[in-house]
Amino acid sequence: MATIAAVIASTHHPFYYRASTAPPEERPPFADAWVTKILAFRETLTRARPDVLVMVGSDHFHQLWLDNMPQFLVGKAPFYDANWANEEREFGLPRMLLRGQEDLSAHILRGGLDEGFDLAFSNELRIDHSITCPIITLRPEADLPIVPIYTNIFAPPLPQPKRFVALGRAIRELVESWPSELRVAIIGTGHLSLELGGPRQFGPHGPDPEFDRKAVEWIANGDIERSLAEVSLDSLWTPGNATHGFMDFMLMMGVAGEGAKADHVDSLDLFHTMEAYFTWYPEGVPA
Amino acid sequence: MSKYLLNKFLYTIDRDADLVERYREDPAGTVTWWESELANRILNCPAGESSTWLALEPAEREALSTHDHVRLFELGAHPFLTLTLFIAMFERDNTEPLEYQKAFGQRLTHFTLPYPDIST
Repeated sequence: MATIAAVIASTHHPFYYRASTAPPEERPPFADAWVTKILAFRETLTRARPDVLVMVGSDHFHQLWLDNMPQFLVGKAPFYDANWANEEREFGLPRMLLRGQEDLSAHILRGGLDEGFDLAFSNELRIDHSITCPIITLRPEADLPIVPIYTNIFAPPLPQPKRFVALGRAIRELVESWPSELRVAIIGTGHLSLELGGPRQFGPHGPDPEFDRKAVEWIANGDIERSLAEVSLDSLWTPGNATHGFMDFMLMMGVAGEGAKADHVDSLDLFHTMEAYFTWYPEGVPA
Repeated sequence: MSKYLLNKFLYTIDRDADLVERYREDPAGTVTWWESELANRILNCPAGESSTWLALEPAEREALSTHDHVRLFELGAHPFLTLTLFIAMFERDNTEPLEYQKAFGQRLTHFTLPYPDIST
């Protein structure tokens, strides 16, 4: 059976690519500290020697639209083109092409459906920065095949937080039951407190530092029970109007498991939002 | 209320670089043209199989026609769509980084929780 080489949860900040690649005279003041943290985070994936990446993210009204909106969707295609014109325009993100791992996509779809998750699928999916940002930060060679999984954290009505956790647990079991000798890293990105298009956007830090502090603690300690007790679809509006992206972190806590303490925890208090990075090694920390 | 159609306007304009420019230069004319030509187009269907019933509410038409992003927020337009399109139109006039983005937020400070419902 496949090995889970690493479980990784991260924010996905579309400004990182430009901040880290700009010429020195255009680099923002926070770029160097950010790059240092990302390089340390990248090493946690490199050390795990993955062969395949399961990538959990959320389409930002790119391919998925309100006339046909899936709650959870698994890509099953040999390739995925990536990044969209408005991401190129606003964030300077490059066009990318990633290979797909169709066998694992098929296994997750079949097994997920059989386990009670009515997963949508896509055989032609152009992915966006929720998946390419972690490729850029964690595996900039973009050389490993992926299975993209999209969640709806964006267009209400949304699934309940407990369903994100349950799907994370199911993904973990499905990858572990994949008849393959390959090493799989499961990577998901979401948000801590975040406001977009509202009065609290682009402040000196995230809109709710107290929520961020608690959220980092929940994730780092695998405290699923506490996060489920304190978080609801209604409550997530309070820390910031885009904070439902935290449910993708909850999904990743489901992947890592109840009580699983992260082996790597880091954060960076940027203007606008807090960045946070977590890595678990279910098989033990690689030598 | 037709929040869906409001969002559809923002979404379909944002995806087309020419329409972004057209909307920046001529908001009222673009809204009139869009409502007659594109509002009923189902995005993944041939033009001959368009919808027949979609129309903006007067307040929505007015807000779009005047680039009134504060009113769009109040009407429940999806804030991510509004922000993305308005950055595309107006960030170019910045004299310092994030100037437009910060001013956009400043103009919304009279809103308190709960914000207008964005469910569609």
